[in-house]
Amino acid sequence: MDCVEQKDTEAKAPSVVDRYYTRWYRADMKGKACEDHCILQHSNRLCVVTLAETHPILQNGRTIKSINYQISTGCSRLNNKVSGKSKRGGQFLTDFAPLCRITCSDETEYTIYSCIRGRLLEVNENILETPNLLMEKPSTEGYIAVILPKFEESKSITENLLTREEFESVVSKRSDVQSQTS
Amino acid sequence: MLPLKEKDKPIVQKLLSAGCCARCVLRFCCVSVQAAYRQPQQETLKELKAFIADTENSKCQDSAGPDSRDENNKSHEAAVSDTPEDPPSKRAKLEPSVAAAQCEEEDAAAAVVRPKDDESPVCVVCLGILQELCGTIQAVKIAEAVKAESYEFDTLVLSVSLPAQLCVREHSCWLHVKKEVREKGLVFDKDDVIQVKEAFKWIMQGLVAKELGGVAVVTRSAFEVGVEFTHPQTDADCHFLATTCPDCFKPTKNKQSVFTRMAVVKALEKISDAKFLKHYPCPPTQPTSSCISQDIQCLHVSVFVAGRYNKFCRSLPQTPWVIDGERRMESSVEELIAAPILSAFRADGFNFSSSGREDVDVRTLGNGRPFAMELLNPHKARLNKVEMKKLQEIINKSSDKIRVRDLQIVTREAMSRMKEGEEEKTKTYTALVWTQKPIQREDIGFIDDIKDLTLDQKTPLRVLHRRALAVRQRVIHSMNARFLDPHHFYLGLKTQAGTYIKEFVHGDFGRTKPNLCQLLKTDTDILELDVESVDVDWPPAIPE
Ligand SMILES: [Zn+2]
Repeated sequence: MDCVEQKDTEAKAPSVVDRYYTRWYRADMKGKACEDHCILQHSNRLCVVTLAETHPILQNGRTIKSINYQISTGCSRLNNKVSGKSKRGGQFLTDFAPLCRITCSDETEYTIYSCIRGRLLEVNENILETPNLLMEKPSTEGYIAVILPKFEESKSITENLLTREEFESVVSKRSDVQSQTS
Repeated sequence: MLPLKEKDKPIVQKLLSAGCCARCVLRFCCVSVQAAYRQPQQETLKELKAFIADTENSKCQDSAGPDSRDENNKSHEAAVSDTPEDPPSKRAKLEPSVAAAQCEEEDAAAAVVRPKDDESPVCVVCLGILQELCGTIQAVKIAEAVKAESYEFDTLVLSVSLPAQLCVREHSCWLHVKKEVREKGLVFDKDDVIQVKEAFKWIMQGLVAKELGGVAVVTRSAFEVGVEFTHPQTDADCHFLATTCPDCFKPTKNKQSVFTRMAVVKALEKISDAKFLKHYPCPPTQPTSSCISQDIQCLHVSVFVAGRYNKFCRSLPQTPWVIDGERRMESSVEELIAAPILSAFRADGFNFSSSGREDVDVRTLGNGRPFAMELLNPHKARLNKVEMKKLQEIINKSSDKIRVRDLQIVTREAMSRMKEGEEEKTKTYTALVWTQKPIQREDIGFIDDIKDLTLDQKTPLRVLHRRALAVRQRVIHSMNARFLDPHHFYLGLKTQAGTYIKEFVHGDFGRTKPNLCQLLKTDTDILELDVESVDVDWPPAIPE
């Protein structure tokens, strides 16, 4: 009895993400199968870029070898600095701006993209020290970056993304196809 | 008799023929005897004309002793009652005094139809300010404006706003008589001439005081009554300055005209006499109309009220909550407190500030949070202790969502005590915490032993859109945990002001370190938060 009740409270309590953020998805990023991204948009318009739980990095007990925010010889997201309330100096990103490259121990490499237009506020340096955060808590402590959309674009930037329901139906179709072919 | 000397004679002559009014003549002669301005202007004019006509008389005046002012007053009174040329009364007499006689005279002067021989043209320098526009009619207008808003006050100060081209005309007139004025030996600069504003106040202060039943009209007061004059030709009169000193007149968004008094004064300081004389007539030309008197503006300086508030409701924001122009919650702490205070002080508006603020879903218990309010333009500025106590009761009866204590009137300076050292002050909280893994009583016992835990808090994501990104160090001085059930406990915290409690509990995506999730090695979340105390010793407590 006790146990059932406990499980109930555990399940019912909405998480911080549930309470304050809306989940948006981009499936099969740049046509690459299952490279799904999840954007958490706070009610204050700020966006947190995360890996969707379906992303290949998080499948089949993979481990991460390295995470690199140096996206080209001339540009590292680690050099991003913002100052003041207006966040002067932050790099401005478009939908397909790469944020980082993640290499798994099996040498597969994945690029994570911004998915939305806006100013880069910060990247998550904690995952450089502890890549496991990304595996264990992809939607909270394992986030990739924080982006602030322009005020006037705070609604329109998610127009090209999938809602949670739309994304779930994409994922379930995927598993249908998989089960048919296998 | 006017306190004029032989050396004034050429100045008087020049100014009168240039079209100056009698009072402006007195100003340029630097007459600082206020009574000379208060007497009817037609009287002054008559005396000035007599003065320049009669050489012998003026010589006598020069040798007059120190009691010459008394003689002036006597002769003035005599002149008022004896003058056969006084215009006929257009109104029933209100009171048979000297002032009443003056009143009739002003009425007549302002009337559209005036006796031909008495008609004085609009003064080329003051544009009527020291003529028809000052006197009993103006005083009645001012008094009525003050009474209409039923202000409560002991003293008042008159402020006068004049159209900018008066400076231009004053300058032109100064250049016209500069040589003669300087020859008097006492006066060297334009600034030594009696200002139009000053003369206007000398004339008006007593009249306004009388209309308001003996209120003291003084030079410094918390209650200001503003008299504003405009003139349709201001831009036309000042326009030449914009071409000669273009850098003085930069267009500003909120000003109707670039020709503000400040800008014109600055341009006149820059322009050479020769250049001025080339572009502007000297003496100034006859205007087509006099100034227009605008509505009287009354303003009482702000009153400051302080106290402490409790907030008992988890759906009440501190200030009105508006998103995309739409109101989210029906009320707010500041509105609930302000409404009764505004009506008690009959103020036009308010600015609310407090020692920190709580989120919409947070209660503030204990002795409450210090707050202060600036009341704008209060029509009643004084409430005694009993009245303040009553006001506090009215606020507390008006809503059960909030409660106020220690309500008192404070000074503007004292208000800063609330903000100073805010960072060093401590606050205590109680949080209802949820844990993902089930806990037992002894699992949380170690929390009570943690002392002075320093946190590195990145600006929380929930406020990062409007605040700078930074890592701030904050100290949790002490904590205590009270077990509730396997997934819940109450966490008491005593922290440095400015610590983000919610983020300490849920970790804010690992952006606050250390956080409670790390300490308890499970996900934790905050379900409820109460502020138990805000340890600021201002405002002083008022015994119940
Ligand atoms: Zn005048």
